[in-house]
Amino acid sequence: MRIELQKRAGASNTFALLSPLIALALMMIAGALMFIILGKNPLTGLYVYFIEPLTDPWSREQILVKATPLTLIAIGLAVCFRSGNWNIGAEGQYLIGGLFGAALPVLFHQWESPILLPLMLLMGMAGGALYGFIPAILKSRFGTNEILTSLMLVYVAQQFVDWVVRGPWRDPMGMGFPGTRSFNESGALPKLFEFGDAHYGAVLAVISAIVLWFLLSKTLKGFEIAVLGQNPRAGRFAGFSAKKMTIFAFLVSGALAGLAGIGEVSGSVGKLDDKLSLGYGFAAIIVAFLGRLNPLGIVAAGLILALSYIGGEAAQISLGVSDRATRVFQGLLLFFVLACDTLIHYRVTLVKPAIAGS
Amino acid sequence: MMDVWISIILSVCAASTPLLIAATGELVVERSGVLNLGVEGMMIMGAVAAFATAQVTGNPYLGALVAIITGAAFSLLFAFLTLTLVANQVATGLALTILGLGLSGMIGEGFVGQPGVRMDAIDIPVLTDLPVIGKLFFGQDLIFYASIALVIGVAWFLFRTRAGLMVRSVGDSHSSAHALGIHVIRIRYMTIMFGGACAGLAGAHLSLVYVPQWVEGMTAGRGWIALALVVFASWRPGRVLVGAYLFGAVTIGQFHAQAIGVAIPAQFLTSLPYLATIVVLVLIARNRRLTMINTPASLGQPFVPDR
Repeated sequence: MRIELQKRAGASNTFALLSPLIALALMMIAGALMFIILGKNPLTGLYVYFIEPLTDPWSREQILVKATPLTLIAIGLAVCFRSGNWNIGAEGQYLIGGLFGAALPVLFHQWESPILLPLMLLMGMAGGALYGFIPAILKSRFGTNEILTSLMLVYVAQQFVDWVVRGPWRDPMGMGFPGTRSFNESGALPKLFEFGDAHYGAVLAVISAIVLWFLLSKTLKGFEIAVLGQNPRAGRFAGFSAKKMTIFAFLVSGALAGLAGIGEVSGSVGKLDDKLSLGYGFAAIIVAFLGRLNPLGIVAAGLILALSYIGGEAAQISLGVSDRATRVFQGLLLFFVLACDTLIHYRVTLVKPAIAGS
Repeated sequence: MMDVWISIILSVCAASTPLLIAATGELVVERSGVLNLGVEGMMIMGAVAAFATAQVTGNPYLGALVAIITGAAFSLLFAFLTLTLVANQVATGLALTILGLGLSGMIGEGFVGQPGVRMDAIDIPVLTDLPVIGKLFFGQDLIFYASIALVIGVAWFLFRTRAGLMVRSVGDSHSSAHALGIHVIRIRYMTIMFGGACAGLAGAHLSLVYVPQWVEGMTAGRGWIALALVVFASWRPGRVLVGAYLFGAVTIGQFHAQAIGVAIPAQFLTSLPYLATIVVLVLIARNRRLTMINTPASLGQPFVPDR
């Protein structure tokens, strides 16, 4: 048996909707197999991972907390990926966003003002955008491969933030632990509910998703992004500049990653410490593809990935399954998503080699 | 004093070898027109497979062999998606890296903190005891020699054999190669598996020779640096050798600077290899002619054979 592909006349709308769902189903099956290999009951495993967290209000809030940075970063990545710019350094832009955003409350720690928080958010976005600008300008000016430069900058950002929280910005009262002073009240992103951890970053994520959805699907800019991404040559004939698009896409996605960074720092942690880099920038790549690079789809995908994080923590406690299983799930999910995307553009048939020759 | 220099050169060799092996493998893959960004993932799978095998059997050579097989098998995932299902190569490569990092963490969980089995340097009576050159030429681990043989072998294969010409023709124009009756997909399956095997061996060097233990995420971006090296080398095996040793020297240089206690924060020194990669990529990209001549023209392009 051999797999043969036939190009469809146009993209299949049915499969555009179905493919992420098929991918999720395949991941569940793979997950069940993994639980069997680990010697656990697969049904209990899947229940603990993907259903139980939804039944408990505390877990639901944690899902929201995790989904916030994932979604923010992923909708920025969607702009990049759609326009054919491979920004895989979102983790670095997220970190530098957190760092820039933390500058005001750390350096002027006694300053309390209602404008502090908006300034912090803006600084965070600026920091992320600035850091995203580096691979963008290198690509548009020198033709440097943006995949490699943006990724290398992640390692640099990790080291830099580590130095800042252990060196110049370390809390003098922190007993030597790495981390800045805790921000005062006016530097904290307010919580959504009276109790719990969910903060207004979630609202920012939804607003960003709607704005970006509008930009991508209803404006000329969105058309430009699509044309340049799918056929750069056609884009050039239409008078669109691929170089300007590279800068634009990296600035947008850097700013959103930066916003995610300062959102975490200000909304969840309350200070900048050495544990900010949790790999959201890489997980967001999965979110972006699972959401089929559509900002509204990404909101749903962000919640699903967040669910896998929380489910993973639950499985670790109640089943004794390593929390690293979560990353395996996420990696498998991306594979299945990419494989199922083939169904959108191609008719897949199984052929007997005897008939088709070789 | 001489001894100090020899030990520094030996450590540069150890730091460069995994980069050299992984980059040489990826070079063949890219010469056939496929961009596999999963090097980091295949490398770390090789590292954990080698460590686990050596730990269980006590035999580091068996560990290296299993790492090679693991790397090749893992790369098949990428090959199936990008060649048979025509999935996007960049995204699939990233997926391979993400999955490899996760899966290796899970497999290696029980091995964290355990002392590993080291692959010892070879020892040939008389030759290894020669002053100066003895240790350098006759006193290193087998993987080091394999890496040098690999570069020479790949250079010979790509530019001196008919099969190598076929690989390059597939990379430069898959449609023309297909029209000539060359099995584009089959050749690419083989080059991808070769790249995977190399990345696996590179990982084995890390966990058996360089730091004989298992640390989660121990590749620390080396797979990505290997990818950058291929660009730096403008797809030439000889230049990969030069590049890998330059990077090895930078890495060891920053370690020594940290050890001496240079008045620069350690974090900045650790960043050096990554920053150096960026600088090198910029310098090489500015030389348009060099890149244009050597870049495989079909690199990263999807291929669906017409029947």
